[in-house]
Amino acid sequence: MNALAPLSGLANGACDAAPVIQERGQREVFCGLTGIVWLHRKIQDAFFLVVGSRTCAHLIQSAAGVMIFAEPRFATAILEDRDLAGVADIDDELDAVVDRLLARRPEIKLLFLVGSCPSEVIKIDLSRAAARQSRQHAPRVRILSYSGSGIETTFTQGEDACLAALVPMLPPAPENASPSLLVVGALADIVEDQFARLFDVLGVAPVRFLPMRRAADLPPVGPSTSFLLAQPFLADTAHALQERGAHWIEAPFPLGAEGTTLWLRAAAKAFGVSEARFDAVTSPARARAEQALAHYRDALAGKRVFLFPDSQLEPSLARFLAREMAMRIVEIGTPYLHRRHMAAELDLLPKDAPIVEGQHVEKQLDRCRAARPDLVVCGLGLANPLEAEGFATKWSIELLFSPIQGYDQAGDLAELFARPLNRRARLEV
Amino acid sequence: MQLTLWTYEGPPHVGAMRVAAAMRGLHYVLHAPQGDTYADLLFTMIERRDTRPPVTYTTFQARDLGADTAELFKSAAREAYERFSPQAMIVGASCTAELLQDDPGGLAKALDLPCPVIPLELPAYQKKENWGASETFYRLVRSLAGARRDRPLRDCKSCNILGPTALGFRCRDDVREIAKLLAALGVDVNVIAPLGASPKDLTRLGDADFNVLLYPEIGLAAAQWLERAHGQPFTRSIPIGVGATRDFIAEVARMAEVDPASALETNDSRLPWYSRSVDSTYLTGKRVFIFGDATHAIAAARIAQDELGFEVVGLGTYAREFARDVREAAARYGVEALVTDDYLDVEAKVAELQPELVLGTQMERHIAKRLGLPCAVISAPVHVQDFPARYSPHMGFEGANVIFDSWVHPLMMGLEEHLLTMFRDDAEFHDAAAPSHLGEKQPHRQPSAAAVVSDIILAWADDAEKELKKIPFFVRGKARRNTEKFAAERGLSTITVETLYDAKAHFAR
Ligand code: SF4
Repeated sequence: MNALAPLSGLANGACDAAPVIQERGQREVFCGLTGIVWLHRKIQDAFFLVVGSRTCAHLIQSAAGVMIFAEPRFATAILEDRDLAGVADIDDELDAVVDRLLARRPEIKLLFLVGSCPSEVIKIDLSRAAARQSRQHAPRVRILSYSGSGIETTFTQGEDACLAALVPMLPPAPENASPSLLVVGALADIVEDQFARLFDVLGVAPVRFLPMRRAADLPPVGPSTSFLLAQPFLADTAHALQERGAHWIEAPFPLGAEGTTLWLRAAAKAFGVSEARFDAVTSPARARAEQALAHYRDALAGKRVFLFPDSQLEPSLARFLAREMAMRIVEIGTPYLHRRHMAAELDLLPKDAPIVEGQHVEKQLDRCRAARPDLVVCGLGLANPLEAEGFATKWSIELLFSPIQGYDQAGDLAELFARPLNRRARLEV
Repeated sequence: MQLTLWTYEGPPHVGAMRVAAAMRGLHYVLHAPQGDTYADLLFTMIERRDTRPPVTYTTFQARDLGADTAELFKSAAREAYERFSPQAMIVGASCTAELLQDDPGGLAKALDLPCPVIPLELPAYQKKENWGASETFYRLVRSLAGARRDRPLRDCKSCNILGPTALGFRCRDDVREIAKLLAALGVDVNVIAPLGASPKDLTRLGDADFNVLLYPEIGLAAAQWLERAHGQPFTRSIPIGVGATRDFIAEVARMAEVDPASALETNDSRLPWYSRSVDSTYLTGKRVFIFGDATHAIAAARIAQDELGFEVVGLGTYAREFARDVREAAARYGVEALVTDDYLDVEAKVAELQPELVLGTQMERHIAKRLGLPCAVISAPVHVQDFPARYSPHMGFEGANVIFDSWVHPLMMGLEEHLLTMFRDDAEFHDAAAPSHLGEKQPHRQPSAAAVVSDIILAWADDAEKELKKIPFFVRGKARRNTEKFAAERGLSTITVETLYDAKAHFAR
């Protein structure tokens, strides 16, 4: 468990930004399995089968919380002693579980076998299992695999691994296809529809989204494809798309009015939309976003915020809070900093906001207590204890479970941060 | 390999956490990957605890596997001792670390820390949460209670209360209620554990004359050991329900050699009278399905049949360790016990039996909700609403009052039920109507399309109507009203998607 060690060199245009500090120690973050909680709702005919332990099953259940309304499209194949001791043949067992599952759920078109820490440590080859089962269940069901294990992935990286596993399945765009745009990263359906409408009016077409809502709608990809990242945690997916010849459009992420404008503008520029047209099309929505943000600026301006590492959204959130809400940033924690994808964000961040990559939760709590910020953005395990110590907190998981991107959600995003302060102001108990 | 959708129990190390989080001055160093830290939220969110559970996770990553995960464990244990200065530590592995075979116990011993360090072996691929809690408590008691010695001289007999943990069903209030009963009997409470006890307190367990075992799933192994090693008998009756509470008082009175009369007189339970009052006639023979941990399920069946006059049509448990007890109980009610930890089996059984009331865990609450059946929670696993702000024990005479209220409340009231059968076609009194005191099941339809906000007829464009449907149902009505108000104020005749969002921005706050 090392002391803080500032990195010497920083990549790509961020060299005048605040130093990035690396920290190691106890991490207080979810593993990549958590992404299943939103991905299974997004791809409506996909099923996620975790191959793991009772812990893995319990994690997803606890993260999903009260969402037990319907039979979920996820489950865990729990490894037992006989699997580990070699009494049972793991391949046979897994095939039987998959057969049973698919018989029960005939509407499933896409099945992900999701690796966990135990399946990785005992080296279960899920990609081989997926290929074998795909042969058996084709063409009705396609079976893919990825890892959401906590030894390989942190929270949102599970979505990255899932989408990266989809990329090789995408059909090739025809040789002479006209340019197309691919928006990558799970967004709430309502946000996706708003973006689709804006691109449509801008004349950017065709636009497709990954993940798709239905397994059959795999977007084609090839050298004619340009892609925008809607989420900052998609390193492997971006890499896989680039391998397929697609071009990444560099931009900050669509959080807040400014972020959304820069994000849309980067795409518009790549598709030859004139600046005048861009302004004409986006200005009503921009004005709306501004109007909505203005409601919360008084509550947030000048307040000091401390962000614990969680989803990798933290630098983008800090940029939004600092630039659009005039908040002061005490510390930006992030589980991992993709320097290339984050370069545009880092350029916009205030130069005095320290970024801490990785975590030593006890030391970070010490720093947080010493700094006495007005608002702490943190995970569910820390929120109530910090509240009890007198801090206002915002649970970061809500930022993944609610629509926050785009112009018409900018106000909602600000409200998420203003609410805990508003609540404290109201309570007199 | 077992296909699982929802689990009744977490892994055994979560059971260990329930013991650690319940105690003071104990710290748990858990060799586990980062994702396993999710378990903290069970305590801080579900139980609303205002401190983090006293657990340090090593959070090793793939890159550590090649290097030295054992070293990582040692530095984590050392740092945890320095930071928290606990009176004692427990150390162990979660499912993944179990595969690494780093031997946390041996590593911690090598550190030679200046406090007792108790190693836990919790086989994650065989056992589950309750077993893990039981084993942890047993190991702690065994390690700390020491050898048998002379009991201090006291004026009256004394006992320990064993079994209550963090995240347990109503443990917080049960303990208070039972302590009150014991006081009425003139019995001293020596130590309550694990809830609220420190490792030092556990060293005093041997001072008591006997043990009150409230939650056998957690405390039985420790109670049996104390019986053998310290000659302390322990109580077998679980004071849930009026009859069982009377039995419990009699049993304690025998062990403590006191007169039970004074405690029986404290019987302020209204259940017997409420149950006999004519209004309760309609409860007669209500068909009830019961599922939970063994202790709570068995107790619930007795109350249902003997104290409320229900008919037990199904009884089951997810606790395989206690399956025999549940089978015996089920035989008394002429039903076959359902012993399973597969949520789908339970759902299928409930659907088949179509009971009029479901008593279960939070899982059964969801099953009941889907099937449209009334339900009350009687056992862990529980959710945030099962930690009520008010005093609501499940045990003792007050517990019986709470049970009467919480089981009867979800049911249709007597007269209401009659009216329902008489006037089946009435728009409000129909089969699908919920009990009137519980509010409407279906929210009232919002007046829409031709809105009533002003004289202007407001029309919703198709795409705007569609967009509105994407808004979560619980705020949709408000969004509709706001948009219509906004449009009316501006004299718009058609509401488009743009109007919807203009209004949203206008009203944002
Ligand atoms: S960290 Fe590993 S073992 Fe724990 S829940 Fe995640 S995948 Fe499962």
